[in-house]
Amino acid sequence: MLPAAFEYASPGTLDEALALLDQHADDGKVLAGGQSLIPLLKLRLASPAFLVDINRIPDLDVLEERDGALVIGALVRHKTAERSSLLANRYAVLAEAAPQVADPLVRNRGTLAGSLAHADPSGDWGSVMLAVDAEFVLRSRSGSRTVKARDFFSGPFSTLLQPNEILTEIRIPARRGPTGGAYLKLERKVGDFATVGVAIQLQMDDGKVGTAGIALTAVGPQNIKATEAEAALKGQTLNDKVIKEAGQLAAKAAEPRADLRGSEAYKRNVVRIFTERGLKRAYERARGGG
Amino acid sequence: MAIDTPPKGFIGESIKRKEDDRFIRGKGNYLDDISLPGMLHMSILRSPFAHARIRSINTKPAEAVPGVVAVVTGALLEQHKLAWMPTLSGDTQAVLATDKVRYQGQEVACVIANDPYVARDAAQLIDVDYEVLKAVVDPYQALKPGAPLIRDEKKDQKDNHIYHWEAGDKAATEAAFKKADKVVSLETFYPRCHPSPLETCGIVADINPATGQATLYMTSQAPHAHRTLFALVAGLPEEKIRIISPDLGGGFGNKVPIYPGYVVATAASLLLGHPVKWIEDRSENLISTGFARDFHMQGELAVNKDGKFLGLRVKMLSDNGAFYADAQPSKFRAGLFHIVTGSYDLPAAHVETDGAYTNKAPGGVAFRCSFRVTEASYLIERLVESAAVELKMDPAEIRLKNFIQPEQFPYKSATGFEYDSGDYPRALKLALEKIGYEQLRKEQAEKRKRGELMGIGVASFTEVVGAGHGTEYDIAGLRMFDSAELRVHPTGKAILKLGVKSQGQGHETTFAQIVAEELGIPASDVEVQEGDTDNTPYGLGTYASRSTPVGGAATAMVSRKLRDKAKKIAAHLLEASEADIEFDHGKFFVKGAPSKSKTIQDVAFAAYTNLPEGMEAGLEGVTYYDPPNMTFPFGTYVVVVDIDRGTGQVKVRRMVAVDDCGVRINPMIVEGQIHGGLTEGFGIAFMELITFDEQGNCIGSNFTDYLLPTSWETPRFETFETVTPSPHHPIGAKGVGESATVGSPAAYVNAVIDAVGHLGITNIDMPVSSDKVWTALQEKGAAE
Repeated sequence: MLPAAFEYASPGTLDEALALLDQHADDGKVLAGGQSLIPLLKLRLASPAFLVDINRIPDLDVLEERDGALVIGALVRHKTAERSSLLANRYAVLAEAAPQVADPLVRNRGTLAGSLAHADPSGDWGSVMLAVDAEFVLRSRSGSRTVKARDFFSGPFSTLLQPNEILTEIRIPARRGPTGGAYLKLERKVGDFATVGVAIQLQMDDGKVGTAGIALTAVGPQNIKATEAEAALKGQTLNDKVIKEAGQLAAKAAEPRADLRGSEAYKRNVVRIFTERGLKRAYERARGGG
Repeated sequence: MAIDTPPKGFIGESIKRKEDDRFIRGKGNYLDDISLPGMLHMSILRSPFAHARIRSINTKPAEAVPGVVAVVTGALLEQHKLAWMPTLSGDTQAVLATDKVRYQGQEVACVIANDPYVARDAAQLIDVDYEVLKAVVDPYQALKPGAPLIRDEKKDQKDNHIYHWEAGDKAATEAAFKKADKVVSLETFYPRCHPSPLETCGIVADINPATGQATLYMTSQAPHAHRTLFALVAGLPEEKIRIISPDLGGGFGNKVPIYPGYVVATAASLLLGHPVKWIEDRSENLISTGFARDFHMQGELAVNKDGKFLGLRVKMLSDNGAFYADAQPSKFRAGLFHIVTGSYDLPAAHVETDGAYTNKAPGGVAFRCSFRVTEASYLIERLVESAAVELKMDPAEIRLKNFIQPEQFPYKSATGFEYDSGDYPRALKLALEKIGYEQLRKEQAEKRKRGELMGIGVASFTEVVGAGHGTEYDIAGLRMFDSAELRVHPTGKAILKLGVKSQGQGHETTFAQIVAEELGIPASDVEVQEGDTDNTPYGLGTYASRSTPVGGAATAMVSRKLRDKAKKIAAHLLEASEADIEFDHGKFFVKGAPSKSKTIQDVAFAAYTNLPEGMEAGLEGVTYYDPPNMTFPFGTYVVVVDIDRGTGQVKVRRMVAVDDCGVRINPMIVEGQIHGGLTEGFGIAFMELITFDEQGNCIGSNFTDYLLPTSWETPRFETFETVTPSPHHPIGAKGVGESATVGSPAAYVNAVIDAVGHLGITNIDMPVSSDKVWTALQEKGAAE
């Protein structure tokens, strides 16, 4: 597993990093946790000529609530999310997803933002961000812009992120009122990519569903926001019938393909089952305040 | 004198592994740690196609890369008559392809350069013009008329059939089936899996151009046999070949064969006059080196209404890939698969086996298994489960009814083995007691009423390990004895040199303990050496659980040989008659006067300083041990699973393992072996799979696709033992390295079948993945 030759820089400031990326827009790549990029290099599936390592840049590891948003910096590792009491207490869907990402070795180094920028349709964070209606701050040498998670993903391994941009910040609307979330994932073993994952976010309003976020992992060319299922839940009291219907709508939204992980019908069924179970779990959490 | 501390390491003591000190400090010396002055690096270009004719190879772009020293192709090797090499099963295998490639990943050309990165870069620049041919990846398809002929270079090969081999009595078996009330059938596939040692295979070949001395550092489970094969194949003088197998990071059968990379690196060192290193990357290891299993099996059991077995009929087709390169005793074309009668008193049995070439990687090594015992054990244990389901009998009860009984040993099996010893009911009953079988059956019945799926799987395996005897078992003609040389130094410390070779089994501890037991020298004072053919006596190596049965027996015998001499010296020192000298754990004393004694250390010193008149100096010896029979480890594994009807996920709730490997030398090491095997069995049962698409593209070429279990999903194991010593082994040991891999897959799968058998589901082939379970449930209308 020997990668092809590449040049490497490890700038100390974000401006320097952005300048380097600008300079190497054709063949440059950002190295954060490296948990997707390094294997690609070793398998020679990717051979960028220039790597910009952002690990030395200060202040990119912020994880806090600020100005009505939960802010997650570009260098926040999965491990940090997994151990964060802020997430455990207030953002259940993130807290539940974090320990299910890959394996402990990957979580020690890999970053949430890197995973989102890589945009593997089997990635867990994409669904979580769709469910919680996150937005991403994309910075380049010429400025910054903010895009919604639902607009960010454009296909397998492709996003709106330009080669000269860095995803510097994830912003999630801060929790308010009775909110609950859940992330359910089926994998063949720890560290395997998801066979199916379902992210759920419920905001309750006076005993009824205010807003619901449902997003699906590994059952389409990109993480899928199950908008029909979300819409069907709005304003409803959560009972078995409503939950069942949402499950069916989520299964309908999935676009799975048969592979070694299972048939199309199988994966669709798991989406249905996980949506039902996830809604129940998220509802419990919203009611219990957990 | 402190007799009790520190521990002497006698048999039965769980002393810590002597070798771990260097391993846990990162001071092991593995193949890739070896670096020699002037060493060059080799990288292999492999075929992207499963079946293609080579029209031309243009090596010029690779040769032009700065740092490249040479590019080797099959055409070049052909000039030295090295383009093809013999396999361990009497077939031939391409070293580098000359005419066509026959599987994806086959070796096509090698680049030798002064840097491994340069070698890899340059290999990618070699331009091969292929004419793609139709590939065949299924052995049944391969045997059909009109299938693409894979081995068209072999003169007499007109189809893809490799061998036909039978065991047992066909007529008697037919008669038994005629008498039977019922025939239970099972068709099952044991898929292709891979031993996947953490350390991949490699070599540093160092041939001195002046002296012709060839020092080959190789990841070898059988260094002596490999030395002889190198001499025969490459025409090198055997006295000039020294194979050094350094610390090995696992083997599991994967390091038994000789691979093309070893041969090319050796030839390159000879031609270039430099040491040449080649080490596989993970994908190369998975796609090209010795895989395991790939057996299509049909079993039929003739049974009476009361559950008594009358006969067994088995047909098996093995998929051997492009070259028949199984590592197995030469008289047995499908290894020891005919042990398929297992733990049962089967009056009649007949086994028919065939092998087929396909456009897949060659090998078929015994992955942690004594030559195909795993496949056999899986089939019979699954078939017995089927019988229990069909007869609506308890799977434990039907086993108890059909076991070979303790008083029947030595037991002659219907396929020709003589089982040395066993007590199968005892192991099964202990396993049932430990898991709380009765209570679990009650829980299962209650759950079933609520629509919940829970299963209890039983497997009572019997292995056959420890080859030879040498007249019956040989590898490429070399008889399967093994050896031990013991030298006791004047200060009472010893060196033990063995023909076997540890890959992590703990030989440096276990064999030192045998010396401790037999001679009384503390295990900490016994240095065990293996793997260097210049410094160890000839042996056939470590695989098929043979180290303790054969190498361990040789160690006991050579220790006894030295003890006999030591006794004579002790008599001399104690001024007593030899007949009056008694020995107990390192102490020689005069009968009836235990205070008058000499230690083994006293005697060792005297062997060099104060000998009886006329006796040769020294306390050294060597023994070559040819076992009179195989040993037959056995046990019962019981697994409890819960199944999620919505996702098909199988959760292993409990796993109880009762193993009987005879006398346990170091119980902790034995436990470790069992834990490892149960984990590998778990992986095979639930996730490990190498498969191919119709074009012959390998799916499972890295650890993203080829799934190995981690500590996170591996169940907790509850291990227990019974001890039935082998009557013919000097210390009663039987070998344990492979029991758990052999016995456990059927236990896991039987647990799943036990949960769903009542729905009419009788088979789910491994790996039993969630989607397969859910689909089976769905077909029966039982999925959520």
